[in-house]
Amino acid sequence: MIALAFEVLAWVLLSVGAVFTLIGGIGVLRFPDVFTRMHAASVCETLGAFSILLGLCCLGGGGIMIFKLLLILLFLALTNPTSAHALAKAALHDGLRPPVGTRLGKDGE
Amino acid sequence: MFHTVRVALVLALLWLLLSGHYTPLLLSLGALSVLLVSIISRRMDLADHETFALQFGMALPGYWLWLGKEIVKANLDVVRHILAPRLSLSPTLAGIPASQRTELARVIFANSITLTPGTIALEVHPGRIEVHALTRAGAEDLLGGEMDRRVRALEGPRQAQA
Repeated sequence: MIALAFEVLAWVLLSVGAVFTLIGGIGVLRFPDVFTRMHAASVCETLGAFSILLGLCCLGGGGIMIFKLLLILLFLALTNPTSAHALAKAALHDGLRPPVGTRLGKDGE
Repeated sequence: MFHTVRVALVLALLWLLLSGHYTPLLLSLGALSVLLVSIISRRMDLADHETFALQFGMALPGYWLWLGKEIVKANLDVVRHILAPRLSLSPTLAGIPASQRTELARVIFANSITLTPGTIALEVHPGRIEVHALTRAGAEDLLGGEMDRRVRALEGPRQAQA
């Protein structure tokens, strides 16, 4: 009974992850410029990747497997934003200015 | 020295947990890698900054839970914008005040901003993080300062300023 519940939960999480990854992909196609497209891509790498990994946790038998998957999740959560930041900064320093409507907050330089 | 021993212990534990093979050959290979990594991390002077990471340890799970909730909310928001029949984006640049004392906390703040869909940290300056937001509302949320406050709380109570 509990095994069945975990299996159902696993497939729900895997489906949610797949759907969010698909939507993120659609967003990358629809959004107009690099910076907005990165926002769409981060849907794939956060909710998409996380729920797929959690879904696999529910399927995977044994504690070691779950531990490994959680470790992957932790590393993803650390490296994703780092690479996204590097990409955005590189685009900015390459002279690409995001088309922006408004500017809020403290001004720099 | 103490730090290096601790690094070695943690690495050895991790190796034993992840490997699952306990033959003499693999165990000695594991011991060799642990030794090598400990020596390298000692030479790179990484051990020094570690005490600091442990200080964070206690409050971190609570912060992750809150961040997870924020990430889900932000995801749904971005998904709504992706699926809207007409694109209704209002890309916004904002300078977000970052009140963290330490570099590590500022990195955590910047990474949390980027990890949340809809906002990306472009530049990190002392005291201020330049952010690109998908919508004006997203930038205003950040300017509200709740995430900044929570990351600052991770640093623990303010000690005597160094």
